[in-house]
Amino acid sequence: MSGKTGGLFGWIDARFPLGKMWREHVAEYYAPKNFNFWYFFGSLALLVLAIQILSGIFLTMHYKPDAELAFASVEHIMRDVNWGWLIRYMHSTGASFFFIVVYLHMFRGLMYGSFKNPRELIWILGMLIYVALMAEAFMGYLLPWGNMSYWGAQVIINLFNTIPYIGEAISEWIRGDFVISDATLNRFFALHVVAMPLALLALVFAHILALHEVGSNNPDGVEIKETKNADGIPVDGVPFHPYYTVKDIFGATVFLAVFSVVVFFVPDMYGYFLEHANFDPANTLNTPEHIAPIWYFTPFYTVLRAIPDPFGGFVGMVLSIVVLFFLPWIDRNPIKSIRYRSALFRINLLVFVVTFIILGYLGLNAVTPLYSQLALRFTELYFLFFVVLWAYSRPHGAVFWIGSFVILLGGVTLYDVFMNTSEYPELIWKTWIIPAAYLVVTLLLPLFTNLGLEKEVPARVTS
Amino acid sequence: MANDKVDHGRRKALTGGVAIVGGVGAVITAWPFVSSMNPSASSLAAGAPVEVDVSKMQPGQQIQEIWRRKPVWIIRRTPEMVESLGALTPKLRDPESREAQQPAFAQNEFRSIKKEFLVLIGICTHLGCSPEYRPEPGTISANWQGGFYCACHGSRFDLAGRVYKNVPANKNLEVPPYYFLSDGRILIGMTKEEAAA
Repeated sequence: MSGKTGGLFGWIDARFPLGKMWREHVAEYYAPKNFNFWYFFGSLALLVLAIQILSGIFLTMHYKPDAELAFASVEHIMRDVNWGWLIRYMHSTGASFFFIVVYLHMFRGLMYGSFKNPRELIWILGMLIYVALMAEAFMGYLLPWGNMSYWGAQVIINLFNTIPYIGEAISEWIRGDFVISDATLNRFFALHVVAMPLALLALVFAHILALHEVGSNNPDGVEIKETKNADGIPVDGVPFHPYYTVKDIFGATVFLAVFSVVVFFVPDMYGYFLEHANFDPANTLNTPEHIAPIWYFTPFYTVLRAIPDPFGGFVGMVLSIVVLFFLPWIDRNPIKSIRYRSALFRINLLVFVVTFIILGYLGLNAVTPLYSQLALRFTELYFLFFVVLWAYSRPHGAVFWIGSFVILLGGVTLYDVFMNTSEYPELIWKTWIIPAAYLVVTLLLPLFTNLGLEKEVPARVTS
Repeated sequence: MANDKVDHGRRKALTGGVAIVGGVGAVITAWPFVSSMNPSASSLAAGAPVEVDVSKMQPGQQIQEIWRRKPVWIIRRTPEMVESLGALTPKLRDPESREAQQPAFAQNEFRSIKKEFLVLIGICTHLGCSPEYRPEPGTISANWQGGFYCACHGSRFDLAGRVYKNVPANKNLEVPPYYFLSDGRILIGMTKEEAAA
């Protein structure tokens, strides 16, 4: 499809850059030839977005955004509308799969340093997509007007109440009432079906445009544009089409198989994708016995609960998301890929993944004295990860490692002495071992072992 | 155009002026949209006082009413419950109700007009869940004295709605304005002074 052609395509191409767009973004977009498993999740995220928009349009045809009618209209979709159950389960399962795919996509970025120069903006746009997605999911969750919808939204909107002085006015403005009510439901519907999808599409467009401007990273973290042949084409690149279109179609097929199993056999995923309390209509007098947000929010929810002061908890939760935006300036190590970084970097990243999962688990469960201490410890680990990541940016001497170890563990200990409110002192000191051990491994081992050694980065991709 | 010379200073001033006027216009235009999301006149108007008959309540019983679409609890405390309140002081965050979470008439140890009847807005001051009434001692923890427990985030309140120390909530449960119409009838949503005015 190069040059001028005749026929319908030629006629269009003279008036609209169809061929040019096709070449720039598909047929002649050279992507590194060594993409692996982890590179499926970008295109899968696009696929889920398409599933959500499509199923959402058809749900909108039958749903009624009215506090009196909403719950019944969802039942109506499930029982009376032809294939309504399938469309709704696609949408509800799609929401959870969206986050599964996005979390794996983000983890890929962490592993291979895809957020580093020159891809900082791709990362920031991606983070904006993530935040927009959380808002979209949160507002969508209110629409069925189940009891968990109602009280979950009540808790989350009341987070703004904790802001000094202006908090109450902000949460009233968000709700449009003094409690969650019809006004809230109606506006969440508008935002969920119009405003946020538009914002998401625009952000996804910008994310891909920025990616195609600088080119894709790869598992070796080597810039393929630095080695070009006589035609100016990267030697280690292959055209996106047909090589990666075919690869992504394979990924999509496997994904859709898994997706279908969930949609058809376990759409509620044992209460994790559709919470059981939400099968009761919203009841303004009766909070469900145990309120937990849907699973993809629970790590941040645990951070919120770990800090005993309401506003402090809110700030902690916001920071736990905001800190991710600054990743390109926290991890300043010039080596991108995990393949060539130190063993300690791998340990640190592994601990971060485990921390994130444990925070998520704790957020799904009721507060006990032990769980509240664990929540505090893993919140500490969550934030310490970024400090350690920053420390691994370049080599340091003994003074740095010992000094930062003393300062950080000292800070953790001072918090316990003066601010830890647990009624069980033995729990405080037993769980104190968690951050202490983490800091010993990540900050003292570089000094006494060679686990901090990095490897030579090759000039070209290796496979 | 006969004049080929470009007056850059003039162009800059005009561009700047347009930007400022346009910016101000955009902010003014945004105002109705932002303001439209605030509680509407009908939401503001909803909130008439509610009359409750408490004469048939058993000692220890809780009943729930709705006022301004919020749950309001009335608890008829037993004499033992009333007596237990004094001993809790060191465990509470605000035992004397210094924070403005109640009308002036309820700023006392019992946080009520009559010792026997406790009236509270049943919304946790942490993040707005509705706590459970758990009057039986020893149920939430071994040293539980009876009170209100919020399962969402583990906040605890005593039988006067006063918040314990070291829980996520940091304010006592709110006492709505109310007064006794007669011995067995309460009007929720208005103080006696407001009713007289």
